[in-house]
Amino acid sequence: MSAVAPKADGFFDCRDSFAATIEALAEADPRIVTVVSDSVGSSKLSDFRTKFPDRMVNVGIAEQTLVAVGAGLANGGKVPFVSAASCFVTGRAMEQVKADIAYSNVNVKLIGQSSGVAYGELGPTHHSIEDLAWLRLFNNLKLIVPADPWQTAEAIRAAAAYDGPVFVRVSRMAVPALERPSDARFEIGKSETLIEGRDITIIANGTMVHRAVAAAKTLAAEGTSARVINMATVNPLDDAAIAAAIETGAIVTVEEHSVRGGLGGAIAEVVASTNPVPMRIMGFPGFVPTGSAEWLFDNYGLNEAGIVEAARQTIARKK
Amino acid sequence: MTSPVANLSTDPATEIRARALWIRRRSFQMVYEAQQGHPGGDFSAADILATLYFGVMHYDPKVPTDPQRDRFVMSKGHCTGAFYSVLAAAGYFPEADLKTYMEPLSLLNGHPNRNYLPGVETNTGPLGHGLPVATGIAIAGQIDRADFRTFVLTGDGELQEGSNWEAALTAGHRRLENLTLIVDRNRLQQGARTEDTASLDPLDDKWRAFGWHVEMVDGHDHQQLLDVLSASPKGRGKPLCVIANTVKGNGVSFMHDNVSWHHGVPNKEQYEQAMRELV
Repeated sequence: MSAVAPKADGFFDCRDSFAATIEALAEADPRIVTVVSDSVGSSKLSDFRTKFPDRMVNVGIAEQTLVAVGAGLANGGKVPFVSAASCFVTGRAMEQVKADIAYSNVNVKLIGQSSGVAYGELGPTHHSIEDLAWLRLFNNLKLIVPADPWQTAEAIRAAAAYDGPVFVRVSRMAVPALERPSDARFEIGKSETLIEGRDITIIANGTMVHRAVAAAKTLAAEGTSARVINMATVNPLDDAAIAAAIETGAIVTVEEHSVRGGLGGAIAEVVASTNPVPMRIMGFPGFVPTGSAEWLFDNYGLNEAGIVEAARQTIARKK
Repeated sequence: MTSPVANLSTDPATEIRARALWIRRRSFQMVYEAQQGHPGGDFSAADILATLYFGVMHYDPKVPTDPQRDRFVMSKGHCTGAFYSVLAAAGYFPEADLKTYMEPLSLLNGHPNRNYLPGVETNTGPLGHGLPVATGIAIAGQIDRADFRTFVLTGDGELQEGSNWEAALTAGHRRLENLTLIVDRNRLQQGARTEDTASLDPLDDKWRAFGWHVEMVDGHDHQQLLDVLSASPKGRGKPLCVIANTVKGNGVSFMHDNVSWHHGVPNKEQYEQAMRELV
């Protein structure tokens, strides 16, 4: 598991895991640099700056240049990790992500921090529940949404090892460390089955995975066998796992993202193009009202009880 | 690594003049045959490109990703007629490939793609992308204390894109003396004069205010271009902005300073007349 210490309540901030991993990688690989847009503290990169002052490029509050400088650094032989709030590094710099990173196909790692609705009461300008839908259109850009500290560290290592553009969506929402076999491995494009099941498959990623696990345990107690898949990579999808999910006859997807075009949309494209089964896509409908992140999760049923109810309703639609 | 100019027996400005004439003729043939392109901007940039590739930059077209190469970023990516012509002349790919310009499946797309062609550093086309990427390249060189230089050519209308000024702040702040911006100041954008659209003057003051060293030259005078571009940047302590005063359509009478040739394409008579003038 991650070397990052949990908070007192056993929950983790995955940004700590990102920061510890990038520091360790930078120790071993002099090509690794970080690029920030006044986003040092929010990326938890203060220690990195202290350790590697010449290997952090702070362009100021200028996201277009943030992303483009990443592309230029890759041209100059660096392995840049471009880190800023997910809402800005994507939306504000979208054409740079498209032309300079994805279409140019360069070795840049984009880190979308504090993604989803982590900024809660600050509102939809600061939420990033559109990022996966936007980025999913760039077919060669790998998209990873880690679920806990271990997977965040593994995703950052995998991104560094892969020669090409990668986006890693990091959360600041507290999540527990998931239970896994000791030989668990992370691979870009491969999902992990956390709970086996026959009656339905719940596919989640990011902060929703531990809620899906809790929901499956509740469903098991009432006699429903629900499989839980952590689909951390949204591009490329794990098509084999989706094909197996279709065989359970019903699918619920859960994500801290809009219901339009994210994980659920991506899986629906596969399901609709193969053997359609009843599906339910859980997420946010669009711009959300004022509220804390936890309040927003509860308000939109993105919690254990909401996932359980969605599973029951989707199973009821099975023919 | 040496630039091709080192092998020439003639003086550099004479050779560059011949190369620039060839770029104009060859790019106009490409535009005529494809019936697409941006010949006005090809012609305003031709002398700048010829000077960079045959008088200033150090590169080996057989090792296009050499870490120590000088970099050139074509921010005005729509002017591929001139850009592809100079790359072919420099030896990055056979001149015969220019015949495929914009054909189906051609590697010579309307805007340059680094994954198609050696010598293209980054994919451009949307305006305001070149300088920010070039700034990143120059920062990599600064971190490594490398000797290579990074050159970027923008249009002037293109400077209306705010992304340029973000990068200008960063480059000025970091004192990127290894970075040189050349502005193709032909004073015409797609549909009108820059000063009638969103005025840029006083352009030199703007760059100075952002912490850049500024040189103003006649962008069709090869000796002036050579002098400012080949001067060593060491110790300058600032990025260099060369405002190259140019004329859109330079070299052909009916295209001279004529906005309709931004993306105008010639008919047979116009093509033949241009070829008679470009000698």
